[in-house]
Amino acid sequence: MSVYLPPFQALLEEHRADVYRFLVATAGASEADDAFQETWIAALRAYPKLRRGDNLRAWLFRIAQNKSVDAHRARGRRAVPVAAVPEGASSGDVAVGGDEELWERVRQLPAKQRTAVYCRSVLGMPYDELAVLLESSEEAARRNVHEGLKRLREELTDD
Amino acid sequence: MIDIEQQLREAALDLPAEGPPVAERVAEEGLLDVAYASVDSPLGPLVVAATPKGLVRVSYSEFRGEDEVLEELARRVSPRVLKAPAKLDPVRRELDEYFEGRRQRFESAIDWSHLAGFTREVLRATAAIPFGEVSTYAGVADAAGSPRAVRAAGNALGANPMPVIVPCHRVLRTGGMLGGYTGGIERKEFLLRLEGRLL
Repeated sequence: MSVYLPPFQALLEEHRADVYRFLVATAGASEADDAFQETWIAALRAYPKLRRGDNLRAWLFRIAQNKSVDAHRARGRRAVPVAAVPEGASSGDVAVGGDEELWERVRQLPAKQRTAVYCRSVLGMPYDELAVLLESSEEAARRNVHEGLKRLREELTDD
Repeated sequence: MIDIEQQLREAALDLPAEGPPVAERVAEEGLLDVAYASVDSPLGPLVVAATPKGLVRVSYSEFRGEDEVLEELARRVSPRVLKAPAKLDPVRRELDEYFEGRRQRFESAIDWSHLAGFTREVLRATAAIPFGEVSTYAGVADAAGSPRAVRAAGNALGANPMPVIVPCHRVLRTGGMLGGYTGGIERKEFLLRLEGRLL
């Protein structure tokens, strides 16, 4: 039985801004453009083979998460001092100062916590959807959100 | 205690939302199964879509909503449907020239592979009717190899996925009555007038 998949353009229009913000937040502005294009290319490549048409957002953000993790590794390998990276050079306005420090702390979280915190706090993603995204139980998804937020709260309170 | 979730939500509002374009990279990777664009015409906006093999769809947007047309392409051709106006530039140019009276023949390739059987034969026969000439439902049924299948020919023309380019407006009823048209009879009259078949 074949599954109905909406035209890919609909998916792109619905989620492109959220995906881009997610990548800037979790991978950094200097990595976001490449990660963004790679996310959509990987998604489009896999799209016709999808077995089900529900949870498309969770599926898409799982791909975005993977690209964000790849970008992270590349960033680590290059070991560019943060101050030397011209934030926003490739993508226009990027909030600096307080917000940038906040996102930098988000980027320091383990990958699953990073994704969980962003998708839950910013996108308001339900836990069952987040569990699909993380390929985990709902309980584990909750734990990732909780642990991530706890750590951010501690760090920001310390300063 | 600080509300970290609130801080994240507010900070996210200031993140840039406009990522780089994706259609070009997608085409380079060979993943653009169906490219579409909106094209203005004297008959109102058209949705025009093509696969790498050629045109698959022309539709009057005022007659059928764009969303519906894209969903049908996703189902019938491939769900890899993306807006990519540059891919449709050649056919857009041909359509402009045609509507300005400077072109009588469309050169853009047509992808026939998503049409089957008698429908395909009827539409191919229709595509062979030259500018300024007309045929009849019986005539195209005959040209398609089944002279008695006049009603089936009518149905095939009614389901023409590429009006204007496959000129179903050139098919009239025997005796000169105009017959029907998917985009509405005024559009058929407009096209026949443009081609000098109606005053």
